[in-house]
Amino acid sequence: MTAKGQGRTAFAYLAPALLVLGGLLAYPIYQLVLISLYDYGQEQVSGGAPLEFLGLGNYQNLLGNQQFWGVLGQTVAFAAVCVVGTLLVGAFLAILATRVRTWVRMTLFLAALGAWSTPAVAGSTIWLFLFDANFGFVNEVLGIQGFSWTFDKWTAFGLVAAQVIWCSFPFVMVTLFAGIKAIPGEVLEAAALDGASAFRTAWSVTLPLLKPIILVVTIQSIIWDFKVFTQIYVMTNGGGIAGRNLVLNVYAYQQAFAASEYGLGAAIGVVMTVLLLGITMFYLRALRRSGEVL
Amino acid sequence: MRLKALVAVLGVGAVVACAPVQSGPTSSGTDEQTGQLRVWLFDEVNRGPKEAVVKEAISEFQGKHSGVTVDVQYIQVSSRAERFKAAFSDPKSAPDVAEFGNTDLAGYVSAGGFSELDLSKWDESKDLVPTILDTAKVDGKTYGVPWFVGVRALYYRTDVFTELGLKPPTTLDEIAPLAREIRQRKPELIGISAGGKYLFAALPFIWAQGGEIAKSDGGKFTAAIDSAESRAGVAKYTELIKDDICPPATCAGNGGDASVEAFRAGKAAMTIGGDFNRKSVDASSAAGKYGVVPLPGKTKGSVAPAFAGGNLLGVMKGTQRKTLANEFTQLLASKKYQQKMYAAMGNLPTFTDVQKQVAESDKFLEPFTKTLQSGTKFVPVTPAWAKIEAQTVVPTMLQEIVTGAKNVDTATADAAKTMNAAFTS
Repeated sequence: MTAKGQGRTAFAYLAPALLVLGGLLAYPIYQLVLISLYDYGQEQVSGGAPLEFLGLGNYQNLLGNQQFWGVLGQTVAFAAVCVVGTLLVGAFLAILATRVRTWVRMTLFLAALGAWSTPAVAGSTIWLFLFDANFGFVNEVLGIQGFSWTFDKWTAFGLVAAQVIWCSFPFVMVTLFAGIKAIPGEVLEAAALDGASAFRTAWSVTLPLLKPIILVVTIQSIIWDFKVFTQIYVMTNGGGIAGRNLVLNVYAYQQAFAASEYGLGAAIGVVMTVLLLGITMFYLRALRRSGEVL
Repeated sequence: MRLKALVAVLGVGAVVACAPVQSGPTSSGTDEQTGQLRVWLFDEVNRGPKEAVVKEAISEFQGKHSGVTVDVQYIQVSSRAERFKAAFSDPKSAPDVAEFGNTDLAGYVSAGGFSELDLSKWDESKDLVPTILDTAKVDGKTYGVPWFVGVRALYYRTDVFTELGLKPPTTLDEIAPLAREIRQRKPELIGISAGGKYLFAALPFIWAQGGEIAKSDGGKFTAAIDSAESRAGVAKYTELIKDDICPPATCAGNGGDASVEAFRAGKAAMTIGGDFNRKSVDASSAAGKYGVVPLPGKTKGSVAPAFAGGNLLGVMKGTQRKTLANEFTQLLASKKYQQKMYAAMGNLPTFTDVQKQVAESDKFLEPFTKTLQSGTKFVPVTPAWAKIEAQTVVPTMLQEIVTGAKNVDTATADAAKTMNAAFTS
């Protein structure tokens, strides 16, 4: 078979996957980019007004807006805190789970699964009840009735971050636990025979073997936490006092979709997609440079 | 090779759809006299009495028109925006007649959703309160019939006022000092429960000072929230959300419901509440120990202009039964059925004479009808207002002031800038 023929066969095999990807990914993204180039509001959707092609107008509008940059910075910082927090808590509990007795582990897993399976809206609302200024359990225990957690910008962000970590650490924990369990006993035994300390084993044997899994959970967490909507929307009542707890997704909803400015909303969506792709690519390249086979 | 294929696929896509989708013009030429008339009304917490009145109207209507059935669907207020947007985009799923909030009117009309109504042949229409009928108009054309109105007035705790030997305020300027004194003498109470998101409580303060949200010049709006008068009103209102009256940590995030809730819980000496809040206050710890007066204006004896909220009934543009839809709208919005709706739900009627009648039979309504008759005002009638509301421009402005993030001048100037951007887009 010629090289060209081989390529053709390969393409034929890939075609179904390409079709599915095209339908589920390329077409929506194409529509998103297209809409972001128009002045596309409710009037235009329902045919009450003619379409107006703006070119990059929506982007200019967005990138020239000071509030957008403020919200973007806030979103990045908030996501970073949530990602680091989720990974630390998840990893710590995964290691703990490998060291404790079965019934403790079962309890830990059941509790984690409970947190994981709680719908975001319900979870956020329950946390709000717990931290209610006057009737909340937390304030009762701490003896600070009347203290509002959601009023101050930083306590509000802290509370939401804690909730996000609470509902996303189980994924990290379960995945890492599975990863640790999958490390062959012989490897660890060999390390022990060579006289490696527990720390040395963890650092030089376990961690490198877990790297692909850590990679996956980190990228997942970044993408999830960058796109947080429900928790901020519910817990800070749509972005906090005077909008000081806005993150990008809630901002996009409020400025664009609730206001029927679908063109602008699509532009925000495109910017978010590009940003997330960029972060992921950067992360993958950094890993490849460090010698990881991907 | 793969790249070429990809380019080809994208190329085909670009030819197939080179612009975002639009649905066609929604007006249909037909006017059928029989068949099913579809009606959307808002669901209520306690829908039974409303449903009973509507059923009565339907059987009267069906009795007059043989071969006509009326199908009512109750939709949620909270998801109305999505429902109506969907109805405008797909006329086939749209109703013929719908109830909707008067603040949504301008946006719905510009989306091409509702058709213009001709009320000239309807005798009762001349008794509609003019300022209320204005809330159903865009650019001088009428698109709905006011079905009921809601206005707000000042609720106060009679027991607290008697204990402290105080009298309800008679001018707007008296409210802050009075509320401060109450909180000083009874620190467990909020002087007046005002909210940083409570737009309809803030507006009367602005209007009473002669301020406006925006001014219209032949249909072209410009923000006026940064005028000297408006700023005076904004300052007067935000003064209430301070630690010595209504602490920002509790009040800055509150909208109307939460503000009234503090009063219901017995934690506030005053609040601004609507006639529609009566039932819930009567079922609370404040029951039997509260009174209501009109929110006072700038001078003694005057009333601060209130926001005329309320719902309209309108005929959808895509209807295939225009005549029937018009007739049903006029029947359900008639004096007879407004009276029945008042008895069932406590909804304030929109006819001058019916208002007087119900106020005479129920003393509680007096401060509200007095407020209505001394002149109400409304938010700017432009589709841009829906956008300004969705972007929470005014609440953000109030919250920036009460948290000290910006002073009155800067916050109002910034809000005016955002509003003008919405008006001109």
